[in-house]
Amino acid sequence: MATLTRPGAPTGPELRRRTHPIKVDIARALPLTPAIALLLVFLAGPILWCVYAAFTNTALTGAGSGDTKFVGLANFRAAFSSDAFANSVVLTLVFTVLSAVVGQNVLGLALALLQKRSVAVVRTLVGITVIGAWVIPEVVAGYLWYAFLAKDGTLNEIIGTLGLGQNWLYTLPIIAVSLANVWRGTAFSMLVYNAALSEIPAEIEEAAEMDGATGWARLRYVTIPMIKRTVTTNLMLITLQTLSVFGLIYTMTKGGPGTKSQTLPLYMYEQAFSFSQIGYGTAIALVLLAVGGVFSIVYMRLLRED
Amino acid sequence: MTTETTSTRSTAPLAVTSRRPVGPRTWVTTAAANVVTAVLGVMFLIPLLWVVFAAFNAKAGLKLEWPGSGFSLDNFRAVLTPETTYRPMWNGLVLCVGSTVIAIFVATLAAYPLSRFETRYKRPFLLTILFSTGLPITAIMVPVYGLFVQLNLIDTIGGTIAFMATTALPMSIFLCKNFMDGVPLTLEEAAWTDGANSMQTLRHIVLPLMWPGLSVVTIFTFIGMWGNFFIPFVLLLSPDRLPASVSIFTFFGQYGSVQWGQLAAYSVLYTLPVVVLYVLLSRRLGGAFNFGGALKG
Repeated sequence: MATLTRPGAPTGPELRRRTHPIKVDIARALPLTPAIALLLVFLAGPILWCVYAAFTNTALTGAGSGDTKFVGLANFRAAFSSDAFANSVVLTLVFTVLSAVVGQNVLGLALALLQKRSVAVVRTLVGITVIGAWVIPEVVAGYLWYAFLAKDGTLNEIIGTLGLGQNWLYTLPIIAVSLANVWRGTAFSMLVYNAALSEIPAEIEEAAEMDGATGWARLRYVTIPMIKRTVTTNLMLITLQTLSVFGLIYTMTKGGPGTKSQTLPLYMYEQAFSFSQIGYGTAIALVLLAVGGVFSIVYMRLLRED
Repeated sequence: MTTETTSTRSTAPLAVTSRRPVGPRTWVTTAAANVVTAVLGVMFLIPLLWVVFAAFNAKAGLKLEWPGSGFSLDNFRAVLTPETTYRPMWNGLVLCVGSTVIAIFVATLAAYPLSRFETRYKRPFLLTILFSTGLPITAIMVPVYGLFVQLNLIDTIGGTIAFMATTALPMSIFLCKNFMDGVPLTLEEAAWTDGANSMQTLRHIVLPLMWPGLSVVTIFTFIGMWGNFFIPFVLLLSPDRLPASVSIFTFFGQYGSVQWGQLAAYSVLYTLPVVVLYVLLSRRLGGAFNFGGALKG
């Protein structure tokens, strides 16, 4: 009982008593074993294997399927000199910046701010609709947007009279999937910002209003600085989510036409499973993991920093 | 604090009132905010409406149409067969319930020592967990496929459940620990003095008290699993093992042209469970999005 800490109590080194024998540590850590075992086998294992296989010519069929050889940096060299890889890196960046950093983030904040000023009916109905778009499964969202943007779909029906009708999935595939991702993901940012805005004391905004700050100035100099931490955290989380979007794009365009909406996850899938180049596929996976890892570290630091 | 002015600037007299200012400007701003919000809401609604209308329209195409005289339940009748709906739904249910139960059980066990005891390994462990919550699972599907081939787990329900549970673990452990931290220690101390061990106190004292939090984590995990497409898509191969998220693709290419009405009806059926669960969850969910406070380690 001597080593108990109250939850929420400060756990600085001065409050920690580390005199109990190692045996006690082990006994207490026992309930952790199933979690550690699962995480080691199914998460750490594949990541380590990924690091290994990325440097081999592992393949399911054809050259390399019989005897797996260590090929050094060949997979990475092949990737970085490949147009298809460069194409998917650019598309991934466009997709992430457009749909997450700009789309979901800005629209989510705007919705949260607008909802604060709206009457209860509007606030509730809009909230339900936006969250509805978020709750439905990824594949269904993909089909909804396929139907919305297709040649004889709803959007063309609406704007057809203006002579703008076209097959959006064919002419602007990456914009199309980005829009779908904004639609699907905005609710998350909206909920995060709703929570953050509700914590700003009303007096602060009222004081700014009294000082004559206009709506825009209040947002710029009062509201945003106060929720800065939330903005960064939110950006980090939605970037990580968007980096690994697969089902939505696969349902809408399968990465096409050609490779015009083939982001890194789809390129990786095609190389590893359609072309059976597991070694090359894992090299791409490793690149994706590394990008995610960097974001993850930044995100962690932001959460820990108090 | 009670001193406010009307929002017309400069020489407006000070009014000692606790009500929000209601000047003409504020009125205009509020109206504008309502209109913009409503317009945004409609923009979110339009793509969503298609699936509902098309599901009840026997002759549904890709554009949004009120079923009108074409209103019928034929689409539902057509898809409500063991082949198209019942089996994929059942498969999805087995996968999701299985992996959610494992994830929550393992996460609760793991959260207990992390919440109750101090050791020198706790902090690095929690940091690792936190780091793993951010990893893109999509990226490790290629190596996981390789691992499953090696371990002969490919196309097995058990293996897929175990992997899906693991992907949910970091977040579940993290949330469980946070909810457990909210349960005061005093009751447990009394039980310990009476000779109860920590697993008994977890079962009889902590769990009943953190039930609301735990149900949030459970439903949240289940919703995530139900919508998950990529994991079963890669790890399961036989058509009769595929869950609803993957078998939706059979509407394409099988008969040449796509039956959009039936696809929509199927989508409605597949979406319904998560909508119901979300409604159950929504009243409690608010706090989970407060990253400013709730996620402090």
